[in-house]
Amino acid sequence: MSLSAVTSKSEDATPSPVKILPLNVARPGAGSRQFRRFGQALVNNFVPPIICAAILLLIWQIAFGRAGATLPAPTVVWKEASDLIIDPFFRNGPQDIGLGWRTLTSLQRVGIGFSLASAVGILVGAIVGQSIWAMRGLDPIFQILRTVPPLAWLPISLAAFRDSQPSAIFVIFITSIWPILINTAVGVRNIPQDYRNVAQVLRLNHFEFFWKIMMPSAAPYIFTGLRIGIGLAWLAIVAAEMLTGGVGIGFFIWDAWNSSRLPDIVVALFYIGAVGFVLDRIVGFIGHLVARGA
Amino acid sequence: MSAYLKLDHICKTFRRGSVENDVLRDINLTIEKGEIVSMIGHSGCGKSTLLNLIAGLTKVTSGAVLLEDREVNAPGPERAVVFQNHSLLPWLTVYENVALAVNKVFGAQKSRGERKDWIEHNLDLVQMTHAKDRRPSEISGGMKQRVGIARALAMEPKILLLDEPFGALDALTRAHLQDSVMQIHATLKNTMIMITHDVDEAVLLSDRIVMMTNGPSATIGDVALVKLERPRHRLELVSDRDYIAAREAVLKFLYERHRFVEAA
Repeated sequence: MSLSAVTSKSEDATPSPVKILPLNVARPGAGSRQFRRFGQALVNNFVPPIICAAILLLIWQIAFGRAGATLPAPTVVWKEASDLIIDPFFRNGPQDIGLGWRTLTSLQRVGIGFSLASAVGILVGAIVGQSIWAMRGLDPIFQILRTVPPLAWLPISLAAFRDSQPSAIFVIFITSIWPILINTAVGVRNIPQDYRNVAQVLRLNHFEFFWKIMMPSAAPYIFTGLRIGIGLAWLAIVAAEMLTGGVGIGFFIWDAWNSSRLPDIVVALFYIGAVGFVLDRIVGFIGHLVARGA
Repeated sequence: MSAYLKLDHICKTFRRGSVENDVLRDINLTIEKGEIVSMIGHSGCGKSTLLNLIAGLTKVTSGAVLLEDREVNAPGPERAVVFQNHSLLPWLTVYENVALAVNKVFGAQKSRGERKDWIEHNLDLVQMTHAKDRRPSEISGGMKQRVGIARALAMEPKILLLDEPFGALDALTRAHLQDSVMQIHATLKNTMIMITHDVDEAVLLSDRIVMMTNGPSATIGDVALVKLERPRHRLELVSDRDYIAAREAVLKFLYERHRFVEAA
């Protein structure tokens, strides 16, 4: 925005009597102008966050930099955990592996649990949204189950599956399914009557109606649900792994805490935050692509 | 007893809890093949409800809709509807909107190539070929309604139902689309029922004008015959005696005999 203001100002600044000249000049300069525009956008988008991050790091350094501080300062983190920061994918032994590997293990669990939750959530949500009776009967139940914290499910799922891996996946599933399900149901309920009339006149069967009318029409709602769901899934996996153990970013934090490696924990927190951010953006981006026409 | 479309003693009552609301009472009408019939009446007189009953989107309380002597009580492509607000699917292009209908209705009978030709033929009929790859949000209201007509025509309906098709359009666009409808009717000779509240539109397009009394429990008050030769040209009609007579009959019905009292 501010960029276009700058260019238009420079055009205004050219002397008005010579009207043909700037046009001729503009053509060879078009490439460099585009390049400049790109550079400007880069600066606009990246400089403010970098400056803010630097300030926050500085505050952090000042707050915990003195001797005897309870938490490690940035310099200490760098000194003691630089191997984790620099190389995410090293393998020094069965339990001494890079954080990239651990994150991937956690992502795999989230991937399985979240995919299951999406499939079941969208399907059940579609049915619930279609039927007034199902909505009346199930909605209060869903609203209650929705508020159960992820970790409260863990003992029950451990008892049911008697293994940590499926239990962790189940916790992901049961945590992320509610927003997907409820949003899909609301989206389906909000399909305009016009679209339903069109489907009726064309005599679309249930299957065709689901793919050709329901999914595209409810897509914005569904993707809002998916976005909330993936965020919750990522929250839940870290907590679940702390308790179930094994390989994974959550267990790594618990392990580091038990062996008093605070700098490692700090690095792991950054990993978790970055991955959560990327996951959110990916789902948001797909939703943007899918809902473009609607 | 072999009318093309027959509305036989149709009544419609909406029931909400214990409150009953008589909307339509004892509607009798026969429509011949190739006829254009308009239904006109004040708002709230149930003309849209009547169209929905014919389309099968709403169920009759008593009576029956007979198409070629067969009762119809569910929607189907042989009674295609052009909806008031076009009802195009916004995530599909113009072409895909028509294709959805064609692929569903002719998926079994026509080959892929034939269906493609048929879609393009129908878009051509409403002069929308140039915008076939655009989405509904990228075209004007009149163009959307053209696509809606193309989609309905592409189903090769036995009867075309138009629910105030041009109500939301400006006068010039409306005139343009009315001409298009007359052209299409001249080529295809299709049977049409059109809901409207525009007297000129009704007289210009139809062979008969069905005038509805005011609700509740509205019924057919009178039917005006429009004895005008086709093709009709709106400029020549302005001073035509039959045109003026038909127009007067409808206006008198609407504003003398069945004044809409609540409308202020």
